Amino acid sequence: MVFWGKTVSQVAKRPKRKNPIERTQLPTLPPATRSRVALGLTAAAARGRFELQVCRDCGAVQYPPREVCRACLSQRLLWRRQDGAGALISDTILRVAQELFFRERLPWRIGNVRLDSDVNVIAYVHDSVGAPPCRIRIEAALDRAGQAVLVAMPERGRPALSDDPKLREMTCDPRGRKILVTDGKSAIGQASARALAAVGSDLIWIGIAEPWKKAAGFDGLRELPQAKVVPLDVTDSSSVRELAGEIGGKVDIVVNTNDCHRAFSLAARRGVETAQLEMDINYFGLLRLAQEFAPALKARAADGAANAIAWVNVLSIFALANYPPHGTYSASKAAAWSLSQNLRADLQPAGVRVINLFPGPIDDEWDQLEMPPKLSPAALAAALVGALKGSVEDVYPGDVAQDWLARNLESPKTLERELGETGR
Amino acid sequence: MKTAKKKSAPRTSAAKANVRTPAPHARAVLSDLLVSGGARLVDLTQTLSPDFPTIVLPPEFGQCRPFRMEEISRYDERGPGWYWNNVSFGEHSGTHFDAPIHWISGRDLPYNSVDTLPTAHFIAPACVIDCGAQAKADADFLLTTALIKRWEERHGRIPAGAWVLMRTDWSKRNDPIAYQNLDDTGQHTPGPDPDCVRFLVNERDVLGFGTETIGTDAGQAAHFAPPYPCHYYMHGAGKYGLQCLCNLDLLPATGALIVAAPLKILQGSGSPLRVFAIVPAK
Amino acid sequence: MAARSYDDVVLAAPVTVPYVRYSTHGAHWFLGRAVADLLAIAKIPKQRIDGLAVASFTLAPDSAVGLTQHLGLTLRWLDHVPMGGASGIVSIRRAARAVQSGDAEIVACVGGDTNHTDSFRRNTASFSQFAQDAVYPYGSGGPNTSFALLTAYYMRMHGATREDFGKLCMAQRNNALENPLALFKKPLTLDDYLNARLVADPLRLFDCVMPCAGAEGFLVMRRGTAEKLGLPFAHLLGAVERHNAFPDDPIQDRGGWALDRDALYAQAGVGPADIDFLETYDDYPVINVLQFEGLGFCPDGAGAEFIRANTFEVTGTFPFNTSGGQLSVGQAGAAGGHLGIVEAIRQLSGQTLGARVPDAKHGLVSGFGMINYDRGICSGAALLAAA
Repeated sequence: MVFWGKTVSQVAKRPKRKNPIERTQLPTLPPATRSRVALGLTAAAARGRFELQVCRDCGAVQYPPREVCRACLSQRLLWRRQDGAGALISDTILRVAQELFFRERLPWRIGNVRLDSDVNVIAYVHDSVGAPPCRIRIEAALDRAGQAVLVAMPERGRPALSDDPKLREMTCDPRGRKILVTDGKSAIGQASARALAAVGSDLIWIGIAEPWKKAAGFDGLRELPQAKVVPLDVTDSSSVRELAGEIGGKVDIVVNTNDCHRAFSLAARRGVETAQLEMDINYFGLLRLAQEFAPALKARAADGAANAIAWVNVLSIFALANYPPHGTYSASKAAAWSLSQNLRADLQPAGVRVINLFPGPIDDEWDQLEMPPKLSPAALAAALVGALKGSVEDVYPGDVAQDWLARNLESPKTLERELGETGR
Repeated sequence: MKTAKKKSAPRTSAAKANVRTPAPHARAVLSDLLVSGGARLVDLTQTLSPDFPTIVLPPEFGQCRPFRMEEISRYDERGPGWYWNNVSFGEHSGTHFDAPIHWISGRDLPYNSVDTLPTAHFIAPACVIDCGAQAKADADFLLTTALIKRWEERHGRIPAGAWVLMRTDWSKRNDPIAYQNLDDTGQHTPGPDPDCVRFLVNERDVLGFGTETIGTDAGQAAHFAPPYPCHYYMHGAGKYGLQCLCNLDLLPATGALIVAAPLKILQGSGSPLRVFAIVPAK
Repeated sequence: MAARSYDDVVLAAPVTVPYVRYSTHGAHWFLGRAVADLLAIAKIPKQRIDGLAVASFTLAPDSAVGLTQHLGLTLRWLDHVPMGGASGIVSIRRAARAVQSGDAEIVACVGGDTNHTDSFRRNTASFSQFAQDAVYPYGSGGPNTSFALLTAYYMRMHGATREDFGKLCMAQRNNALENPLALFKKPLTLDDYLNARLVADPLRLFDCVMPCAGAEGFLVMRRGTAEKLGLPFAHLLGAVERHNAFPDDPIQDRGGWALDRDALYAQAGVGPADIDFLETYDDYPVINVLQFEGLGFCPDGAGAEFIRANTFEVTGTFPFNTSGGQLSVGQAGAAGGHLGIVEAIRQLSGQTLGARVPDAKHGLVSGFGMINYDRGICSGAALLAAA
């Protein structure tokens, strides 16, 4: 049966409309303070990894994070990925809490876990985990303050964090939410809109600039039941302001797919016109969007089940290390990356997460001359949706991105030389 | 077509050979109008706004920047008592003027940039050729020499030094998509055919050609021989272009004076401008 | 090598600065009041106190040094003891060796805190680096979380029931009813206890102490000094402390006393059977059970049977927390670990405020504290005797 163009199941899952005379709840956050050494847990969780310190000299695993080995006092502690295998030995349901964030969300299930690596962990417990004693697997997630927390998941099966209503807030689950895709014309934009529709978002505003220029495949997007095409030109401050004025108070997730990509090194294109266009869309576009939409997202960050929750930027692995054949493009993405860190700090007090994707070359016209492996727009969109459903901040989809990330973490200067000399 | 020989162009705005003083006809009309007190002014300019479309080139070429405004302050902490903006635009955004230096065929002519044009050319009579019905029926309609001759039978010979304005009512298309009229094969807007342009340049010595569309050439002019004949021949002969005009339907076929003075940009190839007509009362 | 005996070290002048739920005063007010009361009871001028041991959570940014100048003291021995509920026992050990060696003559041991409406949250939020990094972000439950996990574990592993814990709480309340300074004035029924509001499963309201403002204090000196001053006193027969015992236990199922009780009883020359009353550190009922087991009153894991086999009022088979303990008197921050010592001195020197253990000759006081992460790090005990 179909109601107003939607199937019954789509209507049923829609969040209830808000009573407009009620005051909007203001955001609160879980405790955000961590020591510097404990932030190593957050750094790994931002990439979806559970890491703990391991002593290089005696091999002891450390938790809570610390400055010297708990066993041999060595100062050579390195963060290493953990499998999280362990046992839940006790749990409790917290019914009284001291911080406003938890008071608003009680009760909470918390457990005491003994990892197989001989450390004790206090963790959240996913509601699919049985009563202790039982085997579990610890995963790292980011809480609403953007800090790492550990969650005990069942040993077998892979339930999603968002399946537990208490833990759903650690994700930016697009299901039931209203989403703005800032550039819906590009291949990436179209793929993102389709992917978000497929996971049950409630409404997708699809922004397009220069409506007189058609894009292949775009007309098909209008047939998505959630789609609503809106004018949005991120090079035009008045366009961004007008759209924010109209829909800003309803957007739960901003997905910034605007990407002006030209394949020129600084010497290959005389004049700054092309680089200015790249900057105007990739960097200033983000600035305009942030100035107009961030305040509205912050105001609605605690607005019930369909609250404002995330901002996604499609950056590029070239933001981390300049790829000279696309040199000015790389610089514009690096500028956008830096600005997105400003945006992250700006949105953090409201608990709105900024997620950055750093793909390698996309299988599109501007990377036509790049050798494979290249990422398809659909694969990038899948990574984008996966990041929203998970609990991460920084995503490096595809083999090239993973490769460059590893090399950059090891030695940025070595990567710079390699890219400068061989472009690889 | 042979390219013009390279000459060094003196960078003064003094009137010299090949530079026209206002046509005697224009001076007479102007003084009659002013004396009679029966003139009205018609604005032929589209508003410069961020929504106005610009010419579309393949993305691997440099692009003309569309008009953009960034507010500096608006009676606020950035400037308590005043409101002002920084604006940016390509020389060929909105209602704009094309100077001969804009095209390769005019690159070496003297006095070919907006800062060196003779001031006398900023007022000139207009011949308005109504192609409204034909353009409505066919977006790719082309003005021909035959049509111009038929117009002359009714309205008289096109004088030297006059603007020829092709009225198509295209400016009434408020939807930017319809205005640009792009499809998979490019832009589809009306304009002059190559023969007509050669006629106006060689046989009538006009001041320049004006249209209501983006481009003095037809939308499909890339496929003509030569490509973009209006730009090629007009600018190659030191003549001008006016584009994105409006309100041509408020002008008489003859008798109006066009005031069109582009910004004085150093070595500029064109600029947006305020272009208006002085129209006799009757 | 066995630790040296405490010879003629005695404890005297038990003082309590009455507890209030909230106060606008700072910790210096309560600690200063405790020192003033010590001087008044001992009838000595301020200059006679030449040693000071301080425990407090709310003295910041001051430590014992700031308090020294604040109170206008001049000292030749000073210690700041940040060990929570074990601070009292540890203060005794430090002060005893000081007076034994002649480094000081009269040491005042004080513990106390103020309590503002937001004190508990703020103190808990910044309690320790491990708590800040690895516990507080998980629900901000503070020690309630840690002890709920511990209690649930103990109940599951050793078959203790809520009724067992309730019995202890009711007995403590009965003892408190005769203590004019206790904040809780009404009897506690089993029904009240079992059906009280849940705090963190399985802990309910009456499993948790009430934080308040107040202070406790006493003097440590040699017997000769006490006799010259005409002060009633109690002998110090033995004292032990332990920090970070059993670090490899997955959860705190036993406290450090198990490692040191033999040495304690050997030093004191008496055994568990000679103990006439026990004052434990009782921030949660389960900790009492760990102290019964750790101090040798029953085997490990047999706490529930021990509870069922005894009565814990002042006149019962096992007098326990005879002034009511923190659960019925209140927890004035760091004073919680001094409360039992002060009560023991009162019982053994005939200066009780409320109920009296008949013929009390030997008393054991136990301390515990500092949930730095997932377990109490500090433990200790002192064995006192009547003069």
